[in-house]
Amino acid sequence: MITVCDLAVTFGSGRDAVQAVRGVSFEVAPGESFGLVGESGSGKSTVLRVLAGLNRRWDGVAQLAGLNVATGDRRLPKVVQMVFQDPYASLHPRHTVDRALSEPLEIHGIGDVSDRVVRAMEAVGLGPSFRFRFPNQLSGGQRQRVAIARALMLEPQVLLLDEPTSALDVSVQAEILNLLRGLREAQGLTMILVSHNLAVVAHMCDRLAVMNHGLVVEDMDVDTLRREAPREAYTRQLLLASRGYDREAAARMVTFD
Amino acid sequence: MSALLEVDNLRVSFDTPTGPFHAVRGVSFTLGRERLGIVGESGSGKSLTGRAIMRLLPPSALLQADRLTFDGIDLLRASPKTLRTIRGARISLVLQDPKYSLNPVMTVGEQIDEAARIHGGVSAAQARRKTLEMLEAVRIRDPERVVRLYPHEVSGGMGQRIMIAMMLLPEPDLLIADEPTSALDVTVQTQVLAILDDLVAQRGMGLIFISHDLELVSSFCDRVLVMYAGRVMESRAAADLAAATHPYTQGLLRSLPRIGEHRAELPTLRRDPAWLEA
Repeated sequence: MITVCDLAVTFGSGRDAVQAVRGVSFEVAPGESFGLVGESGSGKSTVLRVLAGLNRRWDGVAQLAGLNVATGDRRLPKVVQMVFQDPYASLHPRHTVDRALSEPLEIHGIGDVSDRVVRAMEAVGLGPSFRFRFPNQLSGGQRQRVAIARALMLEPQVLLLDEPTSALDVSVQAEILNLLRGLREAQGLTMILVSHNLAVVAHMCDRLAVMNHGLVVEDMDVDTLRREAPREAYTRQLLLASRGYDREAAARMVTFD
Repeated sequence: MSALLEVDNLRVSFDTPTGPFHAVRGVSFTLGRERLGIVGESGSGKSLTGRAIMRLLPPSALLQADRLTFDGIDLLRASPKTLRTIRGARISLVLQDPKYSLNPVMTVGEQIDEAARIHGGVSAAQARRKTLEMLEAVRIRDPERVVRLYPHEVSGGMGQRIMIAMMLLPEPDLLIADEPTSALDVTVQTQVLAILDDLVAQRGMGLIFISHDLELVSSFCDRVLVMYAGRVMESRAAADLAAATHPYTQGLLRSLPRIGEHRAELPTLRRDPAWLEA
């Protein structure tokens, strides 16, 4: 479903050039949920933005359902959609839920708008009373539900999730993760989940890749993560740090370049 | 051991067109030279509790308490002048986001020096020496270069450590840290916490650590208050947070995904209206 091969992304040029992604390759099978894990600056979100078509300048191969992302094919929005980290920033503050959800349909000339909006709202657990509300009349969790509904309007096969719950309280995070798992099962979605939170990835994904400084350090299946048996020292340190505070562990931490 | 800070029945409310909104509703605790965690979700009143201790609430807020004393000083009745001698010098506050808390038009060095000069009464040269020492203490490589940078030229993690350095430089007796590490990567977070940990152990500083992260607080602090809707639901030793008895705390802990566990569905929190009254 998803093929990424030797993907490289450079921002800026000359002396100020930053190589954000330096040759990343992976494949994701249809229906699979794949995690991209790493710390800030590792390039994980950049990979996702390339696949979503938000980043136009890159080298290598990126294919979704047989379509080359580089061509900007008009069918791509119906194949892939993205959900962003901050539901406070990703919804237009002066558009109602109804407008946010109908817009993709209108752009792509899809009829039956009203029914589809109501169905999408149902699918993400929002009652009809929310339809004509503005984002400022919604909680963070409700906004993220709207953002997920919007991503599903064109019935994509692939959903790209960039830290979808890290701006939310833990109790709300559980609701959104349950929703995403349910949607994946019901609609047979293929997912890529970008997160710094290993527990969220362990809960949501079948397989994952760990990134650092624009490179994949290691990839593994989720059982390896659950058994806390990664191969690389970098991943082991990441696991150790995410287990909570430990004075001894802190003293032994090193920087990986 | 006499208490460093005593808080009894602290209340913070705001006037709204629909009547007063009670954001903090009767919080009580005492703090010694220890690490106290305050955890809760957004809107629980944890940050306002921290700010109320500093008497740094917006003018629209109404602050009341039966007792609010720091080292024997009544903070409720203290004059603005007395408060100025306490804030920064004896009680210090580290905020979550360095982007909004550092002065964008002063270099890093200038603003840390300022903390040393105002609270330490030292010369410019001595202040700079202290600044460099402090930056080194928070594990900033090449402090000589970093002092010349403006806040927009440093990363989030470095900005956070710069703020911590600035707040620790006057050697406060009490540090209130409001989500000091949530903008940091986990490995940097662990290193920054180690710095705070050492300061509590070596200098006998008191620490109030405000966070939404239950697991972090339970592994880092000595004691934890769990807040919900402006009230303390539960107070217990951090190490046995897992044995929490309050349904709110239990619900929060259960709703967290864990690396070693395989659960199809995460239990979601059902909020009981009775928690608002208890």
